[in-house]
Amino acid sequence: MKTLLILGGGTAGTMVANKLAKKLDADHWRITVVDKDETHYYQPGFIYVPFGVYQPEDTMRPKRRVINKRVDIIFSGIEVIEPEAGRVRLENGQNMAYDILVIATGCEIRPDQIQGLTNAGWKENIFDFYTLEGSAALNTFMEKFEGGRVVLNVAEMPIKCPVAPLEFVFLADWYFTRRGLRDKVDITYATPLPGAFTKPVASQTLGHMLKDKGIDLAPDFVVSEVDGNKQVMKSWDGREIPYDLLVTIPTNMGVRAIERSGMGDDLNFIPTDPKTLQSKTYENIWVLGDATNLPTSKAGSVAHFEHEVVVENILRQVKGLSPKPAFDGHANCFIETGFNKGLMIDFNYEVEPLEGTYPIPLVGPFSLLKETQINHLGKLSFRWIYWNILMPGHHLPVTNEMSMVGKRKFVPSLAQN
Amino acid sequence: MVLTKSAVEFTAEGFMTDPKAWTPEIAEEIAANEGIQLTDRHWVVINFARAEYEATGEAPTLRRITKASGVETKEMYSLFPTGPAKLAAKLAGLAKPTGCI
Repeated sequence: MKTLLILGGGTAGTMVANKLAKKLDADHWRITVVDKDETHYYQPGFIYVPFGVYQPEDTMRPKRRVINKRVDIIFSGIEVIEPEAGRVRLENGQNMAYDILVIATGCEIRPDQIQGLTNAGWKENIFDFYTLEGSAALNTFMEKFEGGRVVLNVAEMPIKCPVAPLEFVFLADWYFTRRGLRDKVDITYATPLPGAFTKPVASQTLGHMLKDKGIDLAPDFVVSEVDGNKQVMKSWDGREIPYDLLVTIPTNMGVRAIERSGMGDDLNFIPTDPKTLQSKTYENIWVLGDATNLPTSKAGSVAHFEHEVVVENILRQVKGLSPKPAFDGHANCFIETGFNKGLMIDFNYEVEPLEGTYPIPLVGPFSLLKETQINHLGKLSFRWIYWNILMPGHHLPVTNEMSMVGKRKFVPSLAQN
Repeated sequence: MVLTKSAVEFTAEGFMTDPKAWTPEIAEEIAANEGIQLTDRHWVVINFARAEYEATGEAPTLRRITKASGVETKEMYSLFPTGPAKLAAKLAGLAKPTGCI
């Protein structure tokens, strides 16, 4: 009996486990998932929690219910991966030998990486929303907030879901308008990027939307220190932004077990082949989701497109075939823009987000880079799709590789870009 | 950007298109264009960036530079005030660092 071991039972690990449970010969292969947490979190739902749209329990399910019964699950942290020995030591003392290893350990926020962030004011008027605990505490604060300066800061790129900070400020604009407080609230988006987003065309569109909604953009702002007593955030180039509420997206890093195993880069992300998703160092290790060092977004949609490639390449490896270089960096994201509208973007390694329709070229129903109600409804119904189609590994009628059909490659108003 | 002494091609954002064509003299010229007088400390960073490029094929991120070159973030901002990692990559003749996705 051989062992396929999957580290991490989040979005990426679950999809790989469930797909392989149906495809990998059960007489010869045992599939085991290791995860420290018994709860599967629907992370795209975290953005709604601060605004009271979702309750924390709306984003939670037991992992055992989400993962195929054929798959063994061990609930434990990871001590260290020993790739030379083909073994993983777990925090519960178990040693797990594997024939093939899938690393889907994701990433985590590291507030400790920013000077002063976790001192005065942390969890009092400084919150994150990348943990359920953080977003729930932020909701409690927001409900009592009667006005002042709201500052959203991205500490350092890359981050999981690079559109989430924009969604936060758009939803905050909507939330305070609905509460009749918008004229008493200043909203600032402070980012280390030169504009609203990582890709030029989308950055321009989203930048205009910030302006229209009266949200200030502080670009090229690289936070050096947070002074919680004075309620001021400082940048390395000497700028200061005062706040009454600081919503932070701290540095995102791969998990500490990757660092302990000596397998990551400076942010604990694992060097991964961008097309095959094989580890750059070990043939029998496959990496996907937020744990990779790939130059695409860290997002559930990326994990979804990646898992198809990882599953196929593992099945090929079992048959003694070489891996297919099939991944193109494909990502797509709904962006909530408030007032029951949303935007959608679709891009890959080579092509930045453009206008068009998705998933069916020229038809839709979703519009790319345009604010519509359908896009918003798409995002809301996505939770059902996530639990009932994506996680169980059912077929979703979208193509894995990005399509260029019907996309407008040239946007005249942005020609100077 | 057009250099007077060296015939080198740049991207629209001012990064050299061919890192292999780089020489220390080119760095001096780019620095002059950016209004920077190169000191020994600048050269620590530029040489580190070149070594990283030789080893990995990519320009180092700010985090990488401050972790491994001996130059801390604060000093990086005084040496390269308009964006340390990008400016260091420019002066070292490398492509824009890929840290920001």
